[in-house]
Amino acid sequence: MSGQTVPADFSGHMLDLDEDEDLEVFSKNTSLADGSSMPNSPSSLVNQYRLEEDEEDQQYASTKDIFITVDNPESHVTAIETFIMYRVLTKTTRSEFDSSEYEVRRRYQDFLWLRGRLEENHPTLIVHPLPEKFVMKGMVERFNDDFIETRRKALHRFLNKISEHPILSCSPHFKVFLTAQELTSHKKQGPGFLSRMGETVRAVANSVRGLRSRPEEFVVMQEYVEDFSNKVSSVDKVTQRIIKEQREYVDELKQYSPTYIQWAGSEEMLAEPLKGVASCVERCGKETEDQIQHMSEVLVPALHEYVLCAETLKAVMRRRDNIQAEFEAKNEALASRKVDQEALQEEVDALADRVELANNALKGDWSRWQSSMRHDLRSAFISTAEKNVEYYEKCLAVWESFLLSQRVEPMEQRDGEDVS
Amino acid sequence: RRLSAHICKELEQFVDFLDLRTNLLRKMEINVVEAEKRTGKNTVNMQETYTVYLIETRPAETVPEGGTPATPDTLWRRYSEFELLRTYLLVTYPYIVIPPLPEKRVSDAYLEGKVKNLYKFKFVWHKLSADNLDPDFVERRRGGLENFLLRVASHSVLSNDEIFFHFLTEGWRERVLETGFQDKADSRLKSLSAMFRVKNPDKRFTALKHYCDELNTVISQLLRVRARVADRLYGVYKVHGNYGRVFSEWSAIEKEMGDGLQSAGHHMDTYAASIDDILEEEEHYADQLKEYLFYTDAVRSVCRKHELIQYELEMAAQDLTHKKQQKEELATGTVRVFSLKGMTSKLFGQESQEQRESRLAALEQSIQEGEEAVKEKNTECQEFVRTAWEDIERFKEQKDKDLREALISYAIMQISMCKKGIQVWSNAKECFNKM
Repeated sequence: MSGQTVPADFSGHMLDLDEDEDLEVFSKNTSLADGSSMPNSPSSLVNQYRLEEDEEDQQYASTKDIFITVDNPESHVTAIETFIMYRVLTKTTRSEFDSSEYEVRRRYQDFLWLRGRLEENHPTLIVHPLPEKFVMKGMVERFNDDFIETRRKALHRFLNKISEHPILSCSPHFKVFLTAQELTSHKKQGPGFLSRMGETVRAVANSVRGLRSRPEEFVVMQEYVEDFSNKVSSVDKVTQRIIKEQREYVDELKQYSPTYIQWAGSEEMLAEPLKGVASCVERCGKETEDQIQHMSEVLVPALHEYVLCAETLKAVMRRRDNIQAEFEAKNEALASRKVDQEALQEEVDALADRVELANNALKGDWSRWQSSMRHDLRSAFISTAEKNVEYYEKCLAVWESFLLSQRVEPMEQRDGEDVS
Repeated sequence: RRLSAHICKELEQFVDFLDLRTNLLRKMEINVVEAEKRTGKNTVNMQETYTVYLIETRPAETVPEGGTPATPDTLWRRYSEFELLRTYLLVTYPYIVIPPLPEKRVSDAYLEGKVKNLYKFKFVWHKLSADNLDPDFVERRRGGLENFLLRVASHSVLSNDEIFFHFLTEGWRERVLETGFQDKADSRLKSLSAMFRVKNPDKRFTALKHYCDELNTVISQLLRVRARVADRLYGVYKVHGNYGRVFSEWSAIEKEMGDGLQSAGHHMDTYAASIDDILEEEEHYADQLKEYLFYTDAVRSVCRKHELIQYELEMAAQDLTHKKQQKEELATGTVRVFSLKGMTSKLFGQESQEQRESRLAALEQSIQEGEEAVKEKNTECQEFVRTAWEDIERFKEQKDKDLREALISYAIMQISMCKKGIQVWSNAKECFNKM
């Protein structure tokens, strides 16, 4: 019984939805998935989430029915601004999609919009982070090639992470993002600015009031999130430092070869071994540059992603807390006020349900996230270790071939002498 | 009978021991085994601390099965005594490329290297200064001094020097001072620092001097680059130690990932620690290069001596030519070269026949002496060129062989470093797999 059946069920319902779904979703229990006419009770939802815990990512990979790529960044110049548009290509066999292939162009703002909607609709699900808006350190220009490429890769990962999420990938916003040629009209719809403001104000008010008591499992989760954030940030910093030291090492190493060559110029017998050493050192320098490149392209983005994830987790925990706080506030009000008890009771009940759904959603997504994190970081570390082994193997071969050339030479010399 | 046989054997060994005609090193094992700090009063009666080195010598013989090698003779010498010995050799054998001594003082570069590494990564301000008593420096010097003695002892000419033998075995100070080499040293120092222009130096020596200049430049540069590269590499390895610490802390909050992270962290610590040995080995390579850096000075010294002798020859020849011209003028009465006597005789009248004849005779004498001098100097020059070039050829062969071996051992070191790296990262990968 695979979790893949869950989205499939939803998809059937999703076909019935119209464009006004967004408004409705907001006023309803936001912890529900995007299917509005849900026959399932909250408890059955919990059961379905529990199944996810045992899911291995490999299963997703083999039963993947949607493939998304982000590529082809192109500069767009208008009167007001310049920005980059990325091509988003989708290939899918999912029945909720009318076609099997879609090609659209999206800019970073569009991704921000998508993520915003996903978080709004699923406040206690862990939505994968987007790459940052600006690069703070190094003052990298926005349209620098490396920056664009790094961002493109991160955007690609983001969409794929969403597509792998059993609930988020069923989001109508996600579908619209992948399929609509013009996104602007869709962006305009949805909860207005004012209603969003209201939500924020309530959230702030609730956080000021504070929580009565956080359930134990979420206390543990909170602690873990704090620690994880620290550790991942540390590993990220250490990695950056290593790359910096490696770059400085390569710069110094580059001085070796010309010096040996210069020396070889004034020698007779020694010229050949000196040139040999010069060439070895040069080759090793190139391999080191390769290794730095690999680390920058594999380990650094992976760690960075999870640094951002840690912030996402913190936000998710905050939102969960707010939902609980809101319920507690209303509950208190219920206890004190005598007027309009019935109506308030209904509201309190609804909020209580909301809390339960929020908690269950988080619990379910939590183990999914942990498993995904473990998989991603493990593969990044393995890849790095493999590259390092490869690096040392290549350098070893370089020096061994030099040794070989030196062992052969004396024999040739002797032959020369005999002949003369 | 057993006793006398034993005594005979001892005598045999003793005779062999004294036989200095062949390469000393074949007969004698030489080691500089230890270093010790001493305090004492110096020449201006001030208290000073210095280091002495223990020289061990024993006859080089095959030890019988199950037998113990003969107990060595030992004595202590300090660095300044080694310097004295070398100066003596320089003066006594000017046509030989005298092996160099290790550095006298802790150089700035050495200090810099030490400070940088400690400061950056240990944050412990211990041993910020390195002086001549710094244990690492002393140890490197010990090796250098032993190398110096071995070089001298394996030289066909130098190894037969009696003073050298006494340096190794017993009181030598009086003997070396008896040779009166110090006067020669002073005059040689003066002449070496003098500026003079040689008209016809042997072209080989000129070329050799240029080669030495180039070699000096390039080895200096290589040593500088090596030190900087080592410093950077140290940084790379040591930062990985931080992985060890963080992984360990991280593993504490993880369930499934914990073990893998923890053990990977240990391998990162191993990796970080491995650089110390790697760089220690590399120091030997640097020392080998340094020895030849100092050798360039020794070779230039020989070239300089040649120029000096050649210059003296040219001066002597010039002097002779001058005297011959004077004789010719005196004989023919023509004044070609200005001389005070010539002028005064013009002004105050010709000198008498007697005066002229006595002057002529003196000149003849002087010319004869001059011709002898030139002949002698010429022989000296030719002999010097011959013997010096012989040793230079020997030196060149030694240099090519030694440096080639140094490059090969450098390659071997790199291979060893790569193998360690493969090991550590393969292990780390295994641990990551278990995450």
